[in-house]
Amino acid sequence: MKKWLPWIVVAVFAAWLLGSLRMPKDKEWAYGSFGRLPVVSNGRTQPLDSLARNTLLQLREKQTANLEPWKEWYQKPKIISATEWVLAVMMKPDDADRWPVFRIDNPDVKGLLALPGEPNLAKKQDGKHYTWLQIKPKLADLQREVIRASKVDNSKRNPYDQSLIKLWTAQELYNRIKFTLGPVGAGNSDEAVKAYMEKVDAGRAAYMARMDKKEYDESALAWLGEQFETPLVLPVEPEKSRNQQWSRMAEDLIQTSRGGGTPNFAVPEYAKIAKAYRSGNAAEFDAAVAEYQSQLADKFAPALKKGRAEQFFNFVEPFYKAMIVFVCAFLLALGYWFKPKQWDWMRRAAVGLVVVALVVHTGGLVTRMVLEGRPPVTNLYSSAIFIGWGATILGLILEMFWRNSIGVVVSSTIGFITLIIAHHLSLSGDTMEMMRAVLDTNFWLATHVVVVTLGYASTFVAGFLAIIYIIRGVFTPSLTPDISRALTRMIYGIICFAALFSFVGTVLGGIWADQSWGRFWGWDVKENGALIIVLWNALILHARWGGLIKERGLANMAIVGNIVTGWSWFGVNMLGIGLHSYGFTNAAFRALLLFWVSQLILIGLGSLPKHMWRSFQGVQDSVPPTGGKPKKNLAPATS
Amino acid sequence: MFDRIFKFFSSLRLTVVCLGLAVILVFAGTLAQVDEGLYAGQARWFRSFFIWWGPHGAGWKVPFFPGGYLLGTVLLANLLAAHFKRFQLSWKKLGINVTHAGIILLLVGQLATDMLSRETQMGFAEGETKSYSESGMKNELVFITDAATPDKEEVISIPASFLKKQPEISDTRLPVKVRVKEFVANCNIRQRAPMLDKNPPPATQGVGLRATILPEPESKEPDKVNLPSAVIELVGVQGSLGTWLVSPWLGPQELQVGNKTWRIALRGERHYLPYTVKLLKATHEVYPGTDIPKNFQSRVQIENSKKGENREVDIYMNNPLRYEGQTFYQYQMGPSDYDPNRASNLQVVKNPTWITPYVGCSMVAGGMAIQFLMHLVGFISKRRAK
Repeated sequence: MKKWLPWIVVAVFAAWLLGSLRMPKDKEWAYGSFGRLPVVSNGRTQPLDSLARNTLLQLREKQTANLEPWKEWYQKPKIISATEWVLAVMMKPDDADRWPVFRIDNPDVKGLLALPGEPNLAKKQDGKHYTWLQIKPKLADLQREVIRASKVDNSKRNPYDQSLIKLWTAQELYNRIKFTLGPVGAGNSDEAVKAYMEKVDAGRAAYMARMDKKEYDESALAWLGEQFETPLVLPVEPEKSRNQQWSRMAEDLIQTSRGGGTPNFAVPEYAKIAKAYRSGNAAEFDAAVAEYQSQLADKFAPALKKGRAEQFFNFVEPFYKAMIVFVCAFLLALGYWFKPKQWDWMRRAAVGLVVVALVVHTGGLVTRMVLEGRPPVTNLYSSAIFIGWGATILGLILEMFWRNSIGVVVSSTIGFITLIIAHHLSLSGDTMEMMRAVLDTNFWLATHVVVVTLGYASTFVAGFLAIIYIIRGVFTPSLTPDISRALTRMIYGIICFAALFSFVGTVLGGIWADQSWGRFWGWDVKENGALIIVLWNALILHARWGGLIKERGLANMAIVGNIVTGWSWFGVNMLGIGLHSYGFTNAAFRALLLFWVSQLILIGLGSLPKHMWRSFQGVQDSVPPTGGKPKKNLAPATS
Repeated sequence: MFDRIFKFFSSLRLTVVCLGLAVILVFAGTLAQVDEGLYAGQARWFRSFFIWWGPHGAGWKVPFFPGGYLLGTVLLANLLAAHFKRFQLSWKKLGINVTHAGIILLLVGQLATDMLSRETQMGFAEGETKSYSESGMKNELVFITDAATPDKEEVISIPASFLKKQPEISDTRLPVKVRVKEFVANCNIRQRAPMLDKNPPPATQGVGLRATILPEPESKEPDKVNLPSAVIELVGVQGSLGTWLVSPWLGPQELQVGNKTWRIALRGERHYLPYTVKLLKATHEVYPGTDIPKNFQSRVQIENSKKGENREVDIYMNNPLRYEGQTFYQYQMGPSDYDPNRASNLQVVKNPTWITPYVGCSMVAGGMAIQFLMHLVGFISKRRAK
């Protein structure tokens, strides 16, 4: 039985994963088909589904819209998909304005907007989520405060300031979606278009007045400006325009109303969809969506195909599923340590699950690469995904040699943690944004960035092995001489590769800089961060070769490697200077500090005298209290 | 005694200490750059032998930490001494030897780059031709007069750093003596407003009569240029020719010395090329519906009459042009005084040792790979044998 247990566990998980690959068919309303329609936002073609999910992530940190957040989960609150939500925002804004999709946590912001801060079931409020109608009356106050907060230096903004700016961005995103279809969202009636054009003219008049330094209608101008911030929803047929492939609804409407030719072919299609949706006629809606899709299939097949693929990717959520599998693998691997002799099946099952998670993780990674047409790492988000991937593979390799479940624990823990980090990074918006001109080179992204990120991954693996060494040694009797020797060798070996990767990656970065602007080394913050990792790894290796550190010293120094890598990966982005300042990061600062403190505590534990380590109790102290030279009873330096 | 010094310099302990100090230095220097600016921070922390510190306002300073040059030198000495002592020409040591040779090359190459490289810029609009590049960091005071051959000028240049340091500059090649009355490292210059400016104008001659200097704090940002100004008194054989205001903000001003006409200006230091570069077309693309730049590109024509060369070439991000010892990089779209979509700014870099990091990196990477793979193979075969 025990022989088969690992296989059964793996089979169960594989079956679950395979089963979840089937996208449910649209029922009455063709929401799925609608979500597949391509638009251009953030400079890239994407399905409406992605736009909807990314917007909701920024509004309420979830990819769905909960219309009844005051209900507990067992009371079955009404939760709708992102596509369903975006459809309503575009075509039935009066409904969508009443849905509590703006999450506000900061009490001062709630105070500013005079929002109820406490849950109140009778009034159907949870004290955290608010509707556009609740926010709108105090928009002028919000704007005034946002203008003040945005003048504060990024690093000096307090939580209130940050929360203000976040809410402001959220309402901008919301209104952009609302304005995407303009009067077409209301069915493209003549009155709607006429009213729209009147507003356009008022905005234009305000603009001219401002240019002449006369008094002008600020709100009319702001409204017009917002029409030109919306996603590009109309595909332009190649023969109609030589250099423009997509256009905004506002551009097309204004052009047509000025007598500039026929409207874009998508305008009547969206009008049909909107009309059917607003009248509640599902059959008509489905037919209209299908009709638009068949029109697209002709000339915009690649955009449609990409939309389909990305929607599927969004639906599958491979990284979320990999996270679940990692947790299960971790628990099994930990279980093995309690009874290593009898419970080897647990370890084997854990290895199997890590392989399953790796397959899912790899699938997600490769899909992202194909969708973007890029190497794996393009931004902070994807670096987290890639570090997890690299660490998982390194852990599996270690497990292959030692078979003591340490490698599996490394894989599953780092895999899980990096995916959590990635999730938090994804809250700041689209994770597949376009690359600025200087970064727009697949060759250097594939070499420098990938290698440096592997350097991060291996340094973290070494540091994590060291954490296992110290925790098992100090708190449990399980750090036997054999395990201790094995861990030391693992740490040493991984540091060798970390030194290689981080060095090569760093120098490749210099060569890229030399190719881009003729400066091999510019002492840029990110370069310095990478250099510190290289220096630190070199230091550990030399200290080891010189016999200056033994097993515990190696473990402690490897944990310092975690601190150093954390700095290079995140800390430097918080300084906000230099050419690499593409990372986001404000709220992350506290997390980083916490991480550093935790690592320092571990180093403190690792520096405890040996008689305080549970694993070494009963074993003679290697450092005599008189402070002589340590005995050479530990493993020889592995050089 | 020598033995002890040699032992000190060849010890691994010294390597570890230096590497540790280097980690601290790089970290502290990075933090300091936030306040001190990228260039000033670099000079103080990395391109120095010691970091000096003194209480604010006090006239003295003490070194409190080794600077980048010192650590680099000690590490280099350490590496050489250690290899001298323990060098073995064996296959087993091949990886380590190659790695360390590569590191030596990198350190020396970087030092050479620091000493020998020069960064200048070339900004032009479409259709314009340039035969020189200009420094954004350094300025020069020039005296220009028409040369004997037509279409050529004779230029006498004084680096702006002299104006900062010396109160009086005289040279036989100069038509006049230059007395520096005032030097402002960074400023803005505007027209004098008769209602606002009650104080006397900065100069008694030229455009300085109608201008007001607005001093600005010296910028420490990497991509922001400091535009200085100077008020100078020019003294000829017959006595003073009045005071003049010069600045990169202002064009050349005419000056009559005896029967010869000179033009004086303070401008970015120019480096003349033995060939010309003409901007044919500047391209600036953004991603649809955004301001995110997608591509910067310049098509230029190189004309080198000495070599009989006349060709067109594209320069864009990550694809520089290497020509005659200089490298031309796409830097930004045009300088601010041009239409940004029809102009381009190239970074022109002269770096005779640019190849060293390429070679050094390959050596270190190769050496480490050999070393670690030998370990790994040994380790695996040992485990197999068990």
